[in-house]
Amino acid sequence: MCLGIPGEVLTLDVERPGMATVNVGGARRQVNVMLIEEDGVQPGDWVLIHVGFALAKIDEEEAQLTLSYLEEMGQAYRDELQALAESRID
Amino acid sequence: MGPEGMRFVDEYRDREKAQALAANIATLVEPGRRYGLMEICGGHTHTIYKHGIEDYLPEEVQLVHGPGCPVCVIPMGRVDDAIWIAEQEGVIMTSFGDLLRVPGARGSFLDAKARGADIQMVYSPLDSLRIARNNPDRRVVFMAIGFETTTPSTAMTVLRAAAEGLENFSVFCNHVTIIPALEAILASPDLHIDGFIGPGHVSTVIGCEPYRFIAEKHGRPFVVAGFEPLDILQAIQMLLLQLRDGRSEVENQYTRVVPWEGNQRALQAIDEVMEPRPTFEWRGLGWIPHSAMRIREKYARFDAERVFDVPATRVADPPACQCGEVLRGTIKPWECKVFGTACTPETPIGTCMVSSEGACAAYYNFGRFTRLRVRQAGSA
Repeated sequence: MCLGIPGEVLTLDVERPGMATVNVGGARRQVNVMLIEEDGVQPGDWVLIHVGFALAKIDEEEAQLTLSYLEEMGQAYRDELQALAESRID
Repeated sequence: MGPEGMRFVDEYRDREKAQALAANIATLVEPGRRYGLMEICGGHTHTIYKHGIEDYLPEEVQLVHGPGCPVCVIPMGRVDDAIWIAEQEGVIMTSFGDLLRVPGARGSFLDAKARGADIQMVYSPLDSLRIARNNPDRRVVFMAIGFETTTPSTAMTVLRAAAEGLENFSVFCNHVTIIPALEAILASPDLHIDGFIGPGHVSTVIGCEPYRFIAEKHGRPFVVAGFEPLDILQAIQMLLLQLRDGRSEVENQYTRVVPWEGNQRALQAIDEVMEPRPTFEWRGLGWIPHSAMRIREKYARFDAERVFDVPATRVADPPACQCGEVLRGTIKPWECKVFGTACTPETPIGTCMVSSEGACAAYYNFGRFTRLRVRQAGSA
């Protein structure tokens, strides 16, 4: 729950404004991007996701750093990814 | 991860860089003076133990593990209230997985589930909303916990529920705010903290400005930091530089992610849906004024505390548990009477042992080895 997970924006959802399809750890997930300010997000942007909401835009290097930090968390990160995999946000 | 990414990761893990930072940190320390530095965020606690950051620090520098793990600070009474709601007719209780094992006086969510309550694990409050939509004849409650990293998501979900006109969804709001907790810690008489390592992700939401009173009113330097080992060493160096120069300012080491002004949209969403409670109980720390959020009157029909006649259970912390002293930094995790014996990650008594980011669990899983190394180095 506390882990911010990086994801890469693949497409913006045309039918549901504010939602985007994001690549998170190799899986495609729906994420709410309404809290990203100003010019919003574009495909190719990396975002930090907290419980289904993108809270910050980050660059790719920061995304890699965060991913390696998360992988070291071990079980806590695996649990979070599992929960994310079962999530069906729409 | 591409080779570029790997190189960047290596840069933040570089042992030589860490040693160079450590050498510089050593020059900033006045021999014999004790420096108590509190890292607030459980994520930092995790990095510190996992990477043995204390191995790089002179003896004068003591890291104190703060209250920044929301699972660790939820009082037993709130867990009992949530279980009471879960056991009401027709209710589906939804919760982050982190909370399932947290003990209340009448056991945990998992125990209640075993007794027949319908408790479902979700990743996001938006999952709870979907469950509510799909079960119109049930009352779906989201057990909301967390600091400002999860509060905006709960607020946005309530706004969405209102827009959709959902009538069977409510939030049992336990969101806490970090600033009043820090004020409470700063007011405690047995405090030995000279500076703060500020939380990374919470600050992406609230920004750096709210910490100013710590620097200006309390004269303690405050450095917002990232989660890599080198981030933390750098933050410690920045704190020690301020202390050496007699300055106390708010600085941002984690500019890669944290904007000084925070995330205004997230703050606006919180403010639209929630307001501070007059007071809220923190496990181990007691009652702290304005330290948690509740749903505003305007959104009353999404507030589980108004929808249900919640008993507002009050339960004293277990007497053997010293989580409060650990959270205030008065004792180290291993100095607790039940640490590692009666209280382990498998059978936690206190919440600091439940969450992997709790000081006791982090120390139990990794930190013991650091101390062992330090002792061996000392006796060699």
